[in-house]
Order: sequence, then structure tokens, then C-alpha cells
Amino acid sequence: MMKSAPLISFVILALMGLMLDQFLNPYLQRTMALVLVNIILAMSLNLVNGYTGQFSLGHAGFMAIGAYTSAYLSTHWVAPAAIVPHLLFFIFYSLVSGCFAAIAGWLVGQPSLRLKGDYLAIVTLGFGEIIRVIILNSSALGGARGYFGIPGPSPISFGGLALNAFYSFYLVAILWVLTCFFVIYRTISSTHGRAFMSIREDEIAADSLGIHTTRVKVKSFVLSSFFAGVAGSLFSHCMNFIAPSTFSMLMSINVVIMVVLGGMGSMTGPILAAVIISVLPEALRPLQELTGQDYRMVIYSLILIVLMLVRPQGLLGHKEIWNFWRKTRVE
Amino acid sequence: MNEFIQHIINGISMGAIYALIALGYTMVYGILQFINFAHADIYMVGAFASYYLARFFQLGEHPHWSWFFIALGLSTLVCALLGFAIEKIAYRPLRKSPKLNILITAIGVSLFLEYAGQLLFGVDPKLFPPLLTESVLFSIGGINVMSLDVIILGISILAMFVLHRVVYHSKLGKAMRAVSQNSTVAAMLGISIDRVISFTFILGSSLAGIAAVLVGMRYPKIEPMMGMLMGTKAFVAAVLGGIGSLPGAVLGGLIMGLSEEMVVGYLQSTYRDALSFGILIVILIFKPTGLLGTKRIEKV
Repeated sequence: MMKSAPLISFVILALMGLMLDQFLNPYLQRTMALVLVNIILAMSLNLVNGYTGQFSLGHAGFMAIGAYTSAYLSTHWVAPAAIVPHLLFFIFYSLVSGCFAAIAGWLVGQPSLRLKGDYLAIVTLGFGEIIRVIILNSSALGGARGYFGIPGPSPISFGGLALNAFYSFYLVAILWVLTCFFVIYRTISSTHGRAFMSIREDEIAADSLGIHTTRVKVKSFVLSSFFAGVAGSLFSHCMNFIAPSTFSMLMSINVVIMVVLGGMGSMTGPILAAVIISVLPEALRPLQELTGQDYRMVIYSLILIVLMLVRPQGLLGHKEIWNFWRKTRVE
Repeated sequence: MNEFIQHIINGISMGAIYALIALGYTMVYGILQFINFAHADIYMVGAFASYYLARFFQLGEHPHWSWFFIALGLSTLVCALLGFAIEKIAYRPLRKSPKLNILITAIGVSLFLEYAGQLLFGVDPKLFPPLLTESVLFSIGGINVMSLDVIILGISILAMFVLHRVVYHSKLGKAMRAVSQNSTVAAMLGISIDRVISFTFILGSSLAGIAAVLVGMRYPKIEPMMGMLMGTKAFVAAVLGGIGSLPGAVLGGLIMGLSEEMVVGYLQSTYRDALSFGILIVILIFKPTGLLGTKRIEKV
């Protein structure tokens, strides 16, 4: 991959965003913003579930930490009006949120990553719930009422072209999507990434080759929590309102579904699945209006069961999207 | 003092119910080494089956012993069938695939039962009809022993006794224990693994069915999501006692029920549900094999 690929893709996506900003209605723009948040969530969970082979069910907890950190920061430390520092402030909020989530990830990961499989799933689920219960009981963060009035980035104008607030959010979001993508992509092709994957393939063999398995797992977990925190931060600025009930176990399972559907151990698979899973509820809305009942979760759970029976490797398996039109086989 | 003994009585009767559900988790884990996340939702379906039976025949208006046993029987039957079907449809084709896939399927089945339950039964909680009239059975020095607590304890002990006979004193039970020790060798010796696993699911699910009616009578509010909380608590009970060990599940269930009752009685009731995760995390960090469990050595 080219060295300037991140920059080029940023410019391309930023230009695409101009079109999205001008031609999409606010409803679709909001959906688009959620898609971007979900993409970060799916990619970061994929690092732990897909590449390191550790099944975590507590992603929503780290997302909640990020979301609340960012909400608190942005309401207490308001961004200046000038355009460039304004956006920088939002990047800064999400950076700090990510760091907080990463610290939480380190604290949770230390004891729990010594466990395996089902136990790890239950313990991470437990920690996710504990984080939620703590937020629920802290009045400084709004408790069960939730946190109101979180500012989003304000609109910027480009020469004569007046843009919506969506574009400001979009710029911050794609910056993080690309950071997440390239950090994870380059990590997994480095020595660290090889260590992650060796644990997935065979933990005992990795251990006997001198890999400190717990430390490596914690490393992957911390990186993943960082991006979960960033996604949470973006989520809070996108929704302008967050409540503890948003970050329940269902949110974690939603992300797990994205990773499993896309293919654990593929970079582009979870991205594809994140788009599908974020758009699906909107596409199913007519069905919901027709019958008056919410079939969404029933459909999701059936997708999980059928997927495991028919195509357990997910949509893409270990492959990437570009492997399908370029006939090279990459492991 | 009286209050304390009252809490102990409540704790034991709740603990017996946790133990019944924990036994289902532990048996499946003993044989397949995976956590059947859908177990608690099977219990939920059992509760709704007896609820609809009671509503259809309007049993709540004239509580009677025979109705109670009919409801118990129906709930057990429905749960056993559901457990059998889930194993056959969702878990059996994945027997040879990686653990992670089975885990994901189990979560999928659990979610499916919960949300299909919401569609079928409605989201709002339902009131479980009283199948038996509750009365003070006897009182010693100001402590009232309610008939319901005695019935719950009695039925649970009976169910555990039957389970004990089946597992330790029958041919099928011997086959179950053989499969849990080493399924490959058991298969070589002519034991039909599929039949044993089906039987384990039927046995575990019927215990959940019994627990469903007992809980329905004690806490008469049932809803499609009721399995989630009960499931985590019973699972923690199973891990606490040592997953894979039957006496461990009973012990864990009792400890769980008692400690929960003490938290509600002497601390704050909001901590009740956080307690289970707290116990779980502590036990998994300090003694992952549980109180009565044996360590499985992982071989390459």
C-alpha cells in the first residue's frame, strides 16, 4: 500500500462529503453519520474478536466512557468559533475520550483477558454492564435521565459555499475512520499484528514461541477500546443526547453482529457489515409501519444463527473486498 | 434475629430455584464445554407456557393442587421439547466447528427467543396467576414459614433427587458421565453421543421448566426479558460452584440466593443485580475452577 494512501483517501472522501452535504436530506445525513460511527466500532471490535480471537461482549461499555467523556468536555470546555481550531477541538475531545476508554480497557483487560472463550465473553459483558451501572448512578453525568445538550460541530463555509453542520461532523468522523482503518491495517501487518493473529490461531503454540499472550491480548484490547471511545465521542456529538440505556448489552451485541456478519479477520468485511446493519433498520421501517411491530432484533438474531450454520466465516471471511476483483490471493 | 432467619428462609427458597437453572448450565457445559446462553430463555418460554395455560382455563380463580401440577408438567414438557429442538437445529450441525461459532449461535438463539417472545407475548409484563393459595404453614417464635417457600424447596429437592438418581444410578446417566469425561472414547465404546447430548438438553431444560413455574409463583411478574437476569445469576451460581459439577451448581445456587437476600436485607436493593457480576469477576480471577470444580488440563 502506498505511503500517501491515507492522505489521498482523506481528500477523496472529503470531496465526496461535499456532495453528500449538498444533495442528501438531513435524515439520510444522520444515517450516514451513524454509519461512520458504526464502522469505527466494528473495525475496533474486529481487532479483538477477529484478529486476536478473543470474544469480547463489552464494547458498549468503552463506547459509553468515550461518549460521556466527550459530552462532559464539550459542555465544560467550549470550542472557539474560528473554523480550524473549532474542528481541532472536536478532534481533541474524541482523542481524550479515546484515551479514557483505553485506560478503562487496560484496567478491564488486565484481569479478564487471562480467561478464555465463554468466560471472557461473560466477564466482558459484566464489565460493560458495571460501567453502565456506574454511569447510571452518578448524578454529575445525568444518571438515568441522560446527558442533554451536547454540542455538535457548527457549520463551516467554504468561499461562497455554505455547508451544513453535517459536513463538519463528517470531516471529523472520516478523519477518525481513516485513522482507525490505517492504524489497525498497519498494526496487523506488523510484528504486533502477527502476535495477535498467532494467539487467534493457537494460543498454546504462541505461548511456547515466547509470546507473552496476556500482554499481547491486553495490547490489542487497549487499542480496540481506544477506538471504541472515539466512536462513542463521535456518537455523542452526532446524537446531542446520550443516556445509559443506549449503551446496554444490545449495543455490544449489535457490534458483534457487524463483525461476525462481515467476517472476523477481514478489514473491509466488518465495514461492509456495519453499513448493512446501520442501513437495515431504516430499510425495514416500512415493514415495521405495516405490521406495527419491531422485527429488527428477531431478524438480526436469525441472521446470526443462519450465518453460523451456512457461512460461519461471515460474508468475506478472511478476505478483503479488493481480493474479489483483483485475482491475487492474500492470506 | 427473627428478621435474619426470615431472610435465610427466603434466601434458601430463591437459592433452590437458582440451583435448578444452574444445573442446566452445568450439565450442558460438562458434556459440550460450552455455555448454553439460550438456557435462561427456555425458562422464560416455560413460564409463558404455564401462564397461557392458566389464563386459558382461568386457573387463577380457583387455586388447587392439581392445577399446580398440571402447570408444572406442561412447563416442563414445553421446555424439554424446546431444549431438544434448539440442540437439534442450532447446535448439532456445529458440533465440529470452532467454539466461537457455537458461542455466537448460542447468543443468537438467546436473542431470537427473547425478541420472538416480545413479538408473540408482548413487551409488557404479565401477572402470573396464583396457582396455589399461600398460607402461613406454621410459625415458630414469630417466624412465619410460608407454604410457598416449603413447596418451592420441596419440589426443588425432589427434582434434584430425581436428577441424582438419573445421573448416578441409571444406564443413560452412566453414558452421560462417560461422554463428559471423554466423548471420543465413549463413542468408541458404543455410546450414541447424539442421543446422550439430546438427553442432557432435555434433562436440563425440564429443570428450567420446573424453575419457571416456581419463580412465577414467587415473583408473579413475567416478561420476555426475564431470562436475561435470571440467566446471568444462575450462570454465576454454576461458575461459583464449579462449572461441570452437579453438587457445585446446587451449592452455588444456595450461596447466590442467600447472599442476594442478605444484600437486599442489610445493604441496598439496587446493588442486588450488580452483585452477581461482582461475584463472577472475583471468582474467575481468584479461583476459576469454582468451589467444587476440577481443573481441566489443556493438552496440545
